[in-house]
Amino acid sequence: MAKVFIFPATSLILSDMVERWGHEALGAATGIRERIQTPSLDSPPLQMTPEDPKKGLKYAAVEVPCGVRGRMSLYGPLIEDADAAIIVNDADLSFGCMGCARTNELVMFMIRQQKGLPVLDIKYPGTDDEGVAFVAQIKEFLAGLGGDSDD
Amino acid sequence: MSEKEYIPTYVGTITKYVFIDSPNVTPQTLVIRAYEISDGLMIKETCFGLQITGEPKTVKKLITELRTVDPAHIFVKDRGFPPGDPRRCRANLGGARPGYYGHEFESGLFRYISHGLMELEKNTAPTVTRLGKKKLDEGKLPLKKLIEIINNEEAQ
Repeated sequence: MAKVFIFPATSLILSDMVERWGHEALGAATGIRERIQTPSLDSPPLQMTPEDPKKGLKYAAVEVPCGVRGRMSLYGPLIEDADAAIIVNDADLSFGCMGCARTNELVMFMIRQQKGLPVLDIKYPGTDDEGVAFVAQIKEFLAGLGGDSDD
Repeated sequence: MSEKEYIPTYVGTITKYVFIDSPNVTPQTLVIRAYEISDGLMIKETCFGLQITGEPKTVKKLITELRTVDPAHIFVKDRGFPPGDPRRCRANLGGARPGYYGHEFESGLFRYISHGLMELEKNTAPTVTRLGKKKLDEGKLPLKKLIEIINNEEAQ
């Protein structure tokens, strides 16, 4: 079973596809759950504490806004932990404020810079044929990662 | 900033969303099936399907079983918060739950994904055109076209 980072990290379809074929999807929920289930100081809603932008310094320089660094402290460790990644390039749903937009760019850059990390670059389907291609490509990619791919 | 201690709940559990977009199975049918085999898990019925919270192994087992009901039309997603969490539940916040819009967008693509899954089940090696990487200049005005426009403007 491989750990597959998904982008957009909140993608329902990618999360399903990865788990459907027996791998573990690393997305925003993984990082959020870890924070939600760890005792610390109360910092609602996501339990992101002032420590997080400091941790984000590993992934973004100090002059980068703390919003980006805070988000990177969530996604950075997941990308480092991943055995592979799937990126959907035209994901409008990941659009947000400048913090989200810049983090998205940095996340995609970081994924592509990771040496030896297999990456699948795809687009959301807009027709039935594209739907078949979308599913077939993800299945083929995940099968190539090994492990027990049958659920 | 107040420094209040945070004591987490549902530690060691996972929560999964189960979305159903089937012409044959409704969320009600699915939730009844889930209750039948729930084995002590916390199950919440929603308009799009259900949420399941519990021990990771038990949740995985239940989801594997639920998927058999309609494999091509059931979609499962991981969730960080447990159901009804006051930080996320719209009963406390009002309006749509954060994250709802993402689900709404992707729910619109279920029909293509379901079609893909059914085709894949029928044929193990379908001949499909591969979707290539997005080119950097995709959707932008080609240089030749721009020069042509400038020339036309100058000619007028």
